[in-house]
Order: sequence, then C-alpha cells, then structure tokens
Amino acid sequence: MVERRPLLTMLSHLILVLGVLIVAFPLYVAFVASTHTAAEIVQAPMPMTPGSHLIDNYSAALFGSSGAGSKAPVGQMMWISLVCALVIAVGKIAISLLSAFAIVYFRFPLRNFFFWAIFVTLMLPVEVRIGPTYQVVADLKMLNTYAGLTVPLIASATATFLFRQFFLTVPDELVEAARIDGAGPLRFFRDVLMPLSVTSIAALFVIQFIYGWNQYLWPLLVTTDENMYPVVIGIKRMISGGDAANDWNIIMATALLAMIPPALVVVLMQRWFVKGLVDTEK
Amino acid sequence: MSQQKRVVFRSGWLPWLLLAPQALVISAFFFWPAAQALLQSLQQQDAFGLSTEWVGLENFRQLFNDPGYLASFKTTAVFSLLVAVLGLSVSLLLATMANRVMRGAGLYKTLLIWPYAVAPAIAGVLWLFMFAPSIGVVAYALQALGIPWNHLLDANDAMTLVVLAAVWKQVSYNFLFFLAGLQSIPKSLIEAAAIDGASPWRRFWTITFPLLSPTSFFLLVINVVYAFFDTFGIIDAATHGGPGKDTAILVYKVYYDGFKALDLGGSAAQSVVLMAIVVVLTVVQFRFVERKVNY
Repeated sequence: MVERRPLLTMLSHLILVLGVLIVAFPLYVAFVASTHTAAEIVQAPMPMTPGSHLIDNYSAALFGSSGAGSKAPVGQMMWISLVCALVIAVGKIAISLLSAFAIVYFRFPLRNFFFWAIFVTLMLPVEVRIGPTYQVVADLKMLNTYAGLTVPLIASATATFLFRQFFLTVPDELVEAARIDGAGPLRFFRDVLMPLSVTSIAALFVIQFIYGWNQYLWPLLVTTDENMYPVVIGIKRMISGGDAANDWNIIMATALLAMIPPALVVVLMQRWFVKGLVDTEK
Repeated sequence: MSQQKRVVFRSGWLPWLLLAPQALVISAFFFWPAAQALLQSLQQQDAFGLSTEWVGLENFRQLFNDPGYLASFKTTAVFSLLVAVLGLSVSLLLATMANRVMRGAGLYKTLLIWPYAVAPAIAGVLWLFMFAPSIGVVAYALQALGIPWNHLLDANDAMTLVVLAAVWKQVSYNFLFFLAGLQSIPKSLIEAAAIDGASPWRRFWTITFPLLSPTSFFLLVINVVYAFFDTFGIIDAATHGGPGKDTAILVYKVYYDGFKALDLGGSAAQSVVLMAIVVVLTVVQFRFVERKVNY
C-alpha cells in the first residue's frame, strides 16, 4: 500500500466482506434447506437456521429414496460425473500432448493443415453443432454410454496450443543430447518432455476436470436412461413440479454434493488452477 | 506458424500415429457434424425424417422473417450486455479492493473464486430456489418490501434472475484476471502519483484503469462468449427460456427448435448463424490477445 489511509482500508475490507457474503449466500440458503424436511421449507418464510434432518436428507439423496422427479441415487450419478470428468481431463491432455509433440518435433506433409484443422475446432463449440453431433453419436450406438458422454468432448485446441507453445520453449540441446545418447523420439517424449511438462499438465488437469464435471448440454442430449445421468443432469430432472411440489431439501443436498468435488479441486489446487486458467486463455 | 524447431526427429509414420487420436475425434465429432449442419441448413425435412427436400436458402429466409428469431437475437444482446457490464464492474471493484488490502488478500481470493467450480445448471437451480415466487427466501423478502416478484409471469423478473445467476458464476473468473492485471502494474507508478498528491480515486482513473484496459477488453470478449454459449445450463434450469420466449437466448433456441420442436432445417440454419458469430468472436478475441501482448 502506498500511504496510510485507515478509513479507506476499512472500507476495502467492508466491501470485500460484503462481496464474500453475497457470493456465499446462495450456498448458505442451500445448506439450510438441505437440513430441513421438505414440508418445513415450503412454508414461507423458510427457516434461516439449520434444522435437524441433515443426515436423513443426504442419505436419501445419496442412496435414492426421494419422492418427486428422478429417483436415481445421487451416489451413482456422482460416480458417473467423476468417471466422465477424469476421462475427459486425462483424454484431452493425452491427445493434446501427442498432437503437439507431432507438430513440433516432426516435419511431415500436411503438418500445417493439421495445425489449422485443430485450430478451427475452437470455432465449433458443441452448442453450434448439437443436432448433427447427436446424430453421429446415435449412429455409432454411443447414446447412454460413457464413450458417448466423453469422447466427443475430448478434442482440445487450447490444450494442444498450450503444449505446442511450451514445447517450443524447450531448448534444442535437449533433443541433441537425447539423440547422442541414442534415444528415439518416444523415449525422448517419455523421459525428457513429459517430466518437463508436469506443471502444465497439472494446471490443465484442474481446469479440464471442472469442465468435464460441469458439462450440461451434451449429457442432456446423449443420456436418456436415468442410470447414466451425471449429477448435473440428475439434479435438473428432480425439478419437475411447481414451486412447492419439489423435494427442495433433497434437491439442495444434491446441489451441494454436486459442487463439492470441483470446488475442492479449485480451492485445494488453487496455485495450479490459476496458472492453468491464465495460461490456457492467453 | 513461424516458430520452428531446428532439430527434429525423422520418421515417416510416427507423427501420423501421434496425430491419429486427435484427428479422428475432430473429424468424427467436429468437422463431419459441422458439414452436416451446413447441408441440413439448405434442406427441409419432415418431422418423421421420411423425406428431405433441397430448399436452398429458404431456411435462412424464414429465419430472418421470423419475429421469434429476431426477438431471440434481442434477448441474447440484452442478456450478454447485462452479464458483461455487471460482471466486469462488480469483479473490478472487488479486485481493486483485494489489491489494496495487505492482510487477508489470499483468504478473500479463496473465498471468492469457488463459484467458478459450480456448474451453470447448478447455479441456475440455486438461484431458482432463492427466487421461487411462493417459497424462495429472496422472493419472500422482496414481497415483504412491497416489490412483487414472479419470474414465471414477468419477463423482466425472469431476465433479472438469469442475469444474476450468470454474473454470480462469472465474477470469480473476472476477479482472478483483474487481480492478476492489477498486480502486474508497477508499484513505482502508483507511488510516484501518490507523492505528487493524487488521491486514490484519481490514481485509479488516471493510472490503474487505463493500464488495465487490455485486460478489460479481453475479459469483455470472454464474457460475451460466456453469456452466448456457457449459460445454457442456467437458462434451462432456471427459466426454460420463459416466460413465453423471453429468456430464450440463441443457443437455447437452437436446442429447443432442434430437439423439442423437431424443426431440423431451421435449427441447422440457426447453428450456421451461430457458427458465424463464433468465428467473429474468435477473431476479435485473438486480435485483442495480440494487442494485449504488445501493449
């Protein structure tokens, strides 16, 4: 800080605390709602202090005995979300590493063509090609499968660029040294390039895990069987009736459960998360 | 692609093998569907998929003569503008404050960034619950204050609801970029101005804000892209595009017309229009990123 202005510093803290409170308010309301019975919540105004049904509600959500809407257990949906998030994150990183390696370390015809082809996919987000992409997945009999939920989301132009950018900064001497030692390209990739890329990989993993966990539009199209719903879809299917007809206590418990894994990843891996975010967007 | 390695490996088949996974995925799930979308936008298919007829630009003509589609454009514009302006100003305020305080900046950061991890659809559900007309706490408080609230009936209320949820989710992202931008401004500049007697308010507008403009431009584009494409979950969970079509942004309309109303040609034509918008936004984004680097 440049000069002492205690009043201004206090005001800053005040605004920040207010910001934190406003940002956290929906979370608090959801938590309170998840500790009451459905009947208690629908009486306006809903209680603003936690009730006594926390364990009942969360076990009802996790193991599936709720009333309205979808009855699939949230535990299973969370498992599906976890598998999808992991497959998408690992898959994106793996195929991007390989393509960046090919583009940077080899000369072959159509190299530029491939580079630009990957680049152009930035301009084709799933939202603008939903119908035909759905058709392709249906034709490949991949509806309601893990493959259908993950493979179409695995291509990644941004990750490919990030790795390409990074590989270009790796000194040429390392390749020469590896060659003199008799290492082939795959050996070089595994023993030199991969260890050097660990931080970028970790950073990217955090971002892509959250991306995969939070997918909505795509799973909404390719899953019709409630046993294949990721939790983000499952929760939306629980909202079926009017305001008072839903089991809001179970829905809010599910919402909190659904946000715990990605929020943990963001908060615990904050340093890598920020690096990944700033790197991928530049 | 000017940069190149001096030293490369030689192999006739290996690079192809390495590229194969990415190439397969992008051709099957990106290029083929995109080509299909282009093709379908020039065709008319009946709802049962029994017959297809070549109609040229008829779908586009219908689209731009459809008041519903033009209304959806307007909805999208209003929505993105509100989300971008509100999201950027709130996060700039918070980032400036966090950059000012010495103690607790890290804690504030941790407490403010977690909404990034929340799925848009979950954000939609949380805000829907608080604003549900008959049971929501905020709706109740508003009504107690004499402000009628019903997003199921009132278009402005519905728009307010989705904008608030979208901003809530995006503030953490903008906050991180603004904070990084603020921290990269040389302290000596601010100190020199302070010695010259410039007040914090004046320093912000004459030094900090102009130096932050590349970050702001970049975030503006990112926020518009976010409002256009990543808010589908919020809209679908909170309002279903309603009441009527008052919060049906373009992406929601593509989904609705294609999968609910089964108007394949019309939906494909909308996809093509969206693709054009993405291309423009991507080009603008790259322009700004380049400017940002050279700044």
